[in-house]
Amino acid sequence: MAVKNLIDGIREAMSEEMARDERVVLLGEDVGKRGGVFRASEGLVDAYGEQRVIDAPLGESGIVGVAIGMALNGLVPIAEIQFADFIHPAFNQIVSEAAKIRYRSDNDFHVPMVIRAPFGGGVHGGLYHSQSVEAFFMHVPGLKVVIPSTPADAKGLLKSAIRDEDPVVFFEHKRSYRLVRGEIPDGDVTVPIGKARLVREGKDLSIFAYGLMAFYAEQAAQTLAQEGISAEVIDLRTLLPLDREAILQSVARTHRALIVHEANHTMGAGAEVAATIAEGALYELDAPIRRLTGPDIPAMPFNTPQEEHFMPNPEKIAQAARELCAL
Amino acid sequence: MPQLGESVTEGTIGRWLKKAGDHVEKYEPLCEVATDKVNAEVPAPFGGTLTALLADEGQTLKVGEPICDIAESGAAAEMVPVQAAPPAAAASPEPAPSVAASVAAAAAAATPARGRVRTSPYVRRLAQEAGVDLALVPGTGAEGRVTREDLERFRVSPAAAVAAPASSAPPAVWQAPAAAVPSVPTHAAPAPSAPPAPIAGDSFLPLTPMRRTIAEHMVRSKHESPHATAWFEVDMSPVVALRKSLRAEFEAREGVPLTYLPFVTKAAVEALREFPQINASWGGDKIIIHGAIHVGVAVAVPDGLVVPVLRNADGYSIAGLARAANDLITRARAGRLTLADLEGGTFTVNNPGSYGSVFSAPVINQPQAAILSMESIVKRPVVVEGDAIAVRSMMFLSFSFDHRILDGATANQYLASVKKRLEGMGPGTQVY
Repeated sequence: MAVKNLIDGIREAMSEEMARDERVVLLGEDVGKRGGVFRASEGLVDAYGEQRVIDAPLGESGIVGVAIGMALNGLVPIAEIQFADFIHPAFNQIVSEAAKIRYRSDNDFHVPMVIRAPFGGGVHGGLYHSQSVEAFFMHVPGLKVVIPSTPADAKGLLKSAIRDEDPVVFFEHKRSYRLVRGEIPDGDVTVPIGKARLVREGKDLSIFAYGLMAFYAEQAAQTLAQEGISAEVIDLRTLLPLDREAILQSVARTHRALIVHEANHTMGAGAEVAATIAEGALYELDAPIRRLTGPDIPAMPFNTPQEEHFMPNPEKIAQAARELCAL
Repeated sequence: MPQLGESVTEGTIGRWLKKAGDHVEKYEPLCEVATDKVNAEVPAPFGGTLTALLADEGQTLKVGEPICDIAESGAAAEMVPVQAAPPAAAASPEPAPSVAASVAAAAAAATPARGRVRTSPYVRRLAQEAGVDLALVPGTGAEGRVTREDLERFRVSPAAAVAAPASSAPPAVWQAPAAAVPSVPTHAAPAPSAPPAPIAGDSFLPLTPMRRTIAEHMVRSKHESPHATAWFEVDMSPVVALRKSLRAEFEAREGVPLTYLPFVTKAAVEALREFPQINASWGGDKIIIHGAIHVGVAVAVPDGLVVPVLRNADGYSIAGLARAANDLITRARAGRLTLADLEGGTFTVNNPGSYGSVFSAPVINQPQAAILSMESIVKRPVVVEGDAIAVRSMMFLSFSFDHRILDGATANQYLASVKKRLEGMGPGTQVY
């Protein structure tokens, strides 16, 4: 096994799947000649040619719409949205078309498409290079929403997403691209969609997180362990379908729940996790469910102190855990 | 199988009142069910045809397990197994082995926040499963919340867990100590010894739920309350005479027997008003004096005993006590007591004398402070006024009390009062 970073995992997954299955194509802004603004597709156009690695014009609605057409006609497209902030013009295509085609055609047609996008802040991205948009898509039956937090999961989950017969919206935290390093197993290894990952076992509280926050939560748990607080960390990995069983089993073990996400507080993924816990594990709860999230303000600030105020970090997570355990 | 009480987990089918193929109306009784303490009828939750009985008479099922199938009339022959039917008996919390409701009410009155205890759903569930009344558990969490650890401490050692000083106002007659009382250490009950190895000729008697409950209660009572017993001898001759003169007419008019129990209970209850510290319970760091007097009457039933409660016993005349006690005893022997009949007792009266006992050492009915047994009335030669010998109807009163709450002096003063009242009865005593 080799130690790599998250962007390596993404690139390897796409490359191996394109080698394995000639129907797999990649399209997006700057994915070909430039190799992607984050280098996610570096070298792919040389390896697989311009017919399969396509530089798209600046038009997300078109990118996704064309990808849907490709999928309906026998290809397996990966549509890259350069920043998740730009996915909104494609929202109609994703929600009203891609998500509904199988249902609407009674299984006559389906859309085996992956829509990938980097998301999240902490990179001085400001309003339009920092957004978290996963909550909008969690609300759409017919889609899957996947967010890896480790290089191995990035590769394994992207492979699974590419092989999935239905649309998968795949978000990668841009800060974690190079920050998070880990071992990626050799060979054709897939990670199942719909299953959370138990990062570390604990008995005093459960911390539910995904993306960069899962990475931070693990760090917070290490700090807490030194203070005598045993934190269980669950990396949700898939937000739709949510691994409700793993969530409830964890709360049954620890009796306290702390949910962490960078996205805005109201109607974020944490609300669904919290409702799941309240519905399924009320008599296990020893304390109110706590959500530690980005604040409800319209955008990630550009200047450094304000951006740091917005973003959860390991110390904020640890402090929330201490407060929860003190109840 | 319906839930007939908070801590009841199973029930035994006593008698099926309907059979397969019968039509049943909504709420019509389907069968009789027996649990630890009460028997109840299970009413049909809807009308229809009883298509199948799923349990036999004598079979024990867990709460929630189906007992029969009813095809609901109006629905297209759909099988709906009868499960959680509304219980015929009043659905109130089971008194044993959890602490009695009256103690909890008194304890809740003493705490600053009246009503629900501040705690979490998880701790509330743990307390319910353990049969612990959360109102008695001191909370050390935020804003006085009862935490998991508080509950665990209380379960292991109730007296040591309670550290806060008493805040309730003491009654006029008996002054509670104003300062914080040092907590009384208790030790965990020793593990029961292993049963003897069976030998040839031994046979086994399976434990009924009642037997199990009695066993657990008795062990706990003896472990928690340091028992002391005092005996007083009472000249019951005047009562004997009084009863003899009234009996025939009373029983003819009232239709209930006139035993010695109502006379003794009357005297005992009046004396409790004089010594309220006997109508009490141990509260860890305080003694809880109960405002109301609810007297339990011990009744022997097949394979055990039950103690139904005569509520507000001080409000009854001797005749009223006779009627009320008779109702409880009759229903107890018929297995027709409700859960409400069994809870809230503050004092217990026992009558082993009816079986011939002249002397006994009764076990306190938790969480009460004392129990009074009336023994057999026996004609004996005794020394009377002027050093003459006379034949008198003599009866021992056996009185066991919790030595944490009461001392010999109080116990004896109480018994002296009961004795005086009984010996003072006679032709002029108002029975109504």
